[in-house]
Amino acid sequence: MSTWKAVCRVGDIPVLGARRVARPQGVDVAVFRTQDDQVFALLDRCPHKGGPLSQGIVFGTSVACPLHNWTIGLDDGCAKTPDEGCTQRFSVRLEGDQVLLDLDELLTLALDELPPAAGAAIRLVAA
Amino acid sequence: MRKLKLVMVGNGMAGVRTLEELLKMAPDLYDITVFGAEPHPNYNRILLSPVLAGEQTLDEIVLNPIEWYAQHGITLHLGKKVVDVDRRRRIVKAEDGTTAEYDRLLLATGSNPFILPVPGKDLDGVIAYRDIQDTNTMIEAAQRYKHAVVVGGGLLGLEAANGLMLRGMQVTVVHIAPWLMERQLDDVAGKLLQKSLEDRGLRFMIGASTAALIGDRDEGKGGRVMAVQFKDGREVPADLVVMAAGIRPNTELAEKIGVHCNRGIVVSDTMQTITDARIYAVGECASHRGIAYGLVAPLFEQGKVCATHLAEFGIGRYTGSQVSTKLKVTGIDLFSAGNFMGGEGTEEIVMSDPYGGVYKKLVLQDDKLVGACLYGDTVDGSWYFQLLREGRKVAEIRDRLMFGESHLGVAGHEGQNKAASMADDAEVCGCNGVNKGTICKAIKEKGLFTLDEVRKHTKASASCGSCTGLVEQILMFTAGGDYSATPKKKAVCACTDHSHDEVRRAIREHRLVTMDSAFRFLDWRTPNGCSTCRPAVNYYLLSTWPKEAQDDPQSRFINERSHANIQKDGTYSVVPRMWGGETNASELRRIADVVEKYKIPTVKVTGGQRIDLLGVKKEDLPHVWQDLGMPSGHAYAKALRTVKTCVGSEWCRFGTQDSTQMGKDLERALWRMYAPHKVKLAVSGCPRNCAESGIKDVGIIGVDSGWELYIGGNGGIKTEAGQFFCKVKTAEEVLEYSGAFLQLYREEGWYLERTVHYLHRVGMEHVKQKVLEDAENRKALWERLQFALDGEPDPWFEFDKAHVDTRQFEPLSV
Repeated sequence: MSTWKAVCRVGDIPVLGARRVARPQGVDVAVFRTQDDQVFALLDRCPHKGGPLSQGIVFGTSVACPLHNWTIGLDDGCAKTPDEGCTQRFSVRLEGDQVLLDLDELLTLALDELPPAAGAAIRLVAA
Repeated sequence: MRKLKLVMVGNGMAGVRTLEELLKMAPDLYDITVFGAEPHPNYNRILLSPVLAGEQTLDEIVLNPIEWYAQHGITLHLGKKVVDVDRRRRIVKAEDGTTAEYDRLLLATGSNPFILPVPGKDLDGVIAYRDIQDTNTMIEAAQRYKHAVVVGGGLLGLEAANGLMLRGMQVTVVHIAPWLMERQLDDVAGKLLQKSLEDRGLRFMIGASTAALIGDRDEGKGGRVMAVQFKDGREVPADLVVMAAGIRPNTELAEKIGVHCNRGIVVSDTMQTITDARIYAVGECASHRGIAYGLVAPLFEQGKVCATHLAEFGIGRYTGSQVSTKLKVTGIDLFSAGNFMGGEGTEEIVMSDPYGGVYKKLVLQDDKLVGACLYGDTVDGSWYFQLLREGRKVAEIRDRLMFGESHLGVAGHEGQNKAASMADDAEVCGCNGVNKGTICKAIKEKGLFTLDEVRKHTKASASCGSCTGLVEQILMFTAGGDYSATPKKKAVCACTDHSHDEVRRAIREHRLVTMDSAFRFLDWRTPNGCSTCRPAVNYYLLSTWPKEAQDDPQSRFINERSHANIQKDGTYSVVPRMWGGETNASELRRIADVVEKYKIPTVKVTGGQRIDLLGVKKEDLPHVWQDLGMPSGHAYAKALRTVKTCVGSEWCRFGTQDSTQMGKDLERALWRMYAPHKVKLAVSGCPRNCAESGIKDVGIIGVDSGWELYIGGNGGIKTEAGQFFCKVKTAEEVLEYSGAFLQLYREEGWYLERTVHYLHRVGMEHVKQKVLEDAENRKALWERLQFALDGEPDPWFEFDKAHVDTRQFEPLSV
């Protein structure tokens, strides 16, 4: 039995845009809205280098990561070829114009994913 | 809805590429059936030569394994030759009786080798060089026999001869023309090539004409070939004869079913046969505007166009291609393109060092490069090919043209190294750390042909682009001269076939003011574009129709949407504007207070005489702007960034002009100006040029008698000194001339094209004509710019007017 939690109304998300949802623990969740008002939710963390997908350009049912322009599918959280990797997706329900997320998922999924940190690039130097 | 039926006859590179493009656009439109006469799936025919030479294996050159056909639900009939088509009932029939119905038929039957009609052509041991089977026959023959004769000293013949020689045979190449590769090289280069190949051990009979092939039984009429006899009576021993004297489009089936052919299946610009609109033809079998192409690049372009029509988009025209040639014999560098022979009405620039084995010839006509023939040093081949395709005027660089692009002052890796001689572990792309070996491996294993594909798969040259030339070179010698050069017309992105120019023109001529109307008018393939075209189209709308077009913040890159620069950890940096690079105690105090109040981790002085606050949380941005109380520096935008100045006559003992004031005036006049890319200015107060005006989009140098203006300078991606533009007397003129040039660039530049690249594309003459020689036009440009900037809001303080969506600064919570 899932507990569904209202986070905002569909109208609170820009068309072809996203909002960030802060969780008690772990990286934020990004909630996206497409041109035809479909709503998707993904962990706000690109599988490539952790870019905040909520800040990307949304087109069709994809988002382009703002850091290195990887294209991530909103429906499955996976990078489009030739790139590889997926980010955690979260279930979304619409009730009227309310956007609902699954509370259990919010409290349990992808808690060990760390946000990217600023600081010097770490390079492996060949011995 | 019933699925349509598509049948393809032929299973080669051009045809399967067409299917790949079609599946990308309309994956569920057709039930597809493919007939292939060979028992193999689609393989890379270009790489047969490396297989023959023992550098690659057959498995390595398969492009689409059997599983690929199954994955896409394609019915595949291998080893079945199609012998008839009932066009009335729309049924295809194969030799073994297999049939298939079609709604659309795609003929991709390729070409046949031309076999000399001489006695003995049917003897054992006489073959063509066309497919996997021929290649295997040659590999086996090399193990058992000694003498080989290759008939034809063209591209294919020489690659065959080289391969057989590497496998230990004694090879003689027979060529009827006066020099080798006469369709790709002039006589000088042809003879240099012959010498290099002779040094390796090949033998040549140039100008020799084959009379008969002699067999080892029935008085020379039967059995296996043993010698080649020439018209002058000479004989050469041969246990293997390879016919490589050219190819002919395979039109056998098309002719039989009544489709009009003339040295190929005649097609229109939509790749439809002119006889039957349901029947398409692509590849070597097709004749487009009288040309049947035999290289991969144009054939892939054809495939792409054909796919858009099969997918029922009804857009896209194939208008012909420029082709270039490269010989795939390891260690031999030759390149040719266009009209390399020259002739009536052309001029030639020649560099010849036969002893050093280098020869270069460039052919010019009407100030444009129309042909190139390079031997021994092909580093600049891709650059020349680009100049040739674009048809750019080269008068301005004529004196340096022969010495290649690297002599035009390019930073980065572009054209500095000889791609062929680089070690596999040498880094090619410094942004993404891609080395040459990785690129070669991807090209071979994944069957890549275009620069875009290499970018996609390896990330090489996908970031700053300064290594593009080098990547193209690697592509050229790895995939051979058949590599797909960028088509003459570059589409904005995969959502459309329209070029940047066409989009700009449509927006201007049809008064399009919204993204939707532009997408509809231009038949965009996607409902709301992609991350490449949306920012571009949004900019074109705004720059063409200021005050009318609505800005679409969701089509702007995040930096312009949040008016700050996103950093690697998702925080932002903030650069307030300091007019002309000058500040004061109260500004510095406010900055210091903000740094402490918002715990900003890094404070850095930028290269543009400003201060950068790094590591600001997105939620804090509006408060940081408010507390700073300074205008936006637009350090995040494709817009006017900074106007760098020296202290000029105000303080400097050498200063001839008040450069600081000039800089402040320019910055106040131009700030909030969006452009195709970032715009940087500098003003120096004397020729010592301490503000480095020589590497700015507009650089101004004060001299005793006035101001010198330089344009198109660049310090970053392509280090290039600005070109002298004009000299003016007054500060008002500096504003007018700079502003007019920038407005011209705003109106004509392609999105993400810096002034240096814009200037290369349109030429200095064009800009001088529009700005210097036409005073009325100059004033009109300057006025249009002022009109566009008048009343433009500061996005840090006027959120509503600047369409800043403030919801982005407020995270939701659970």
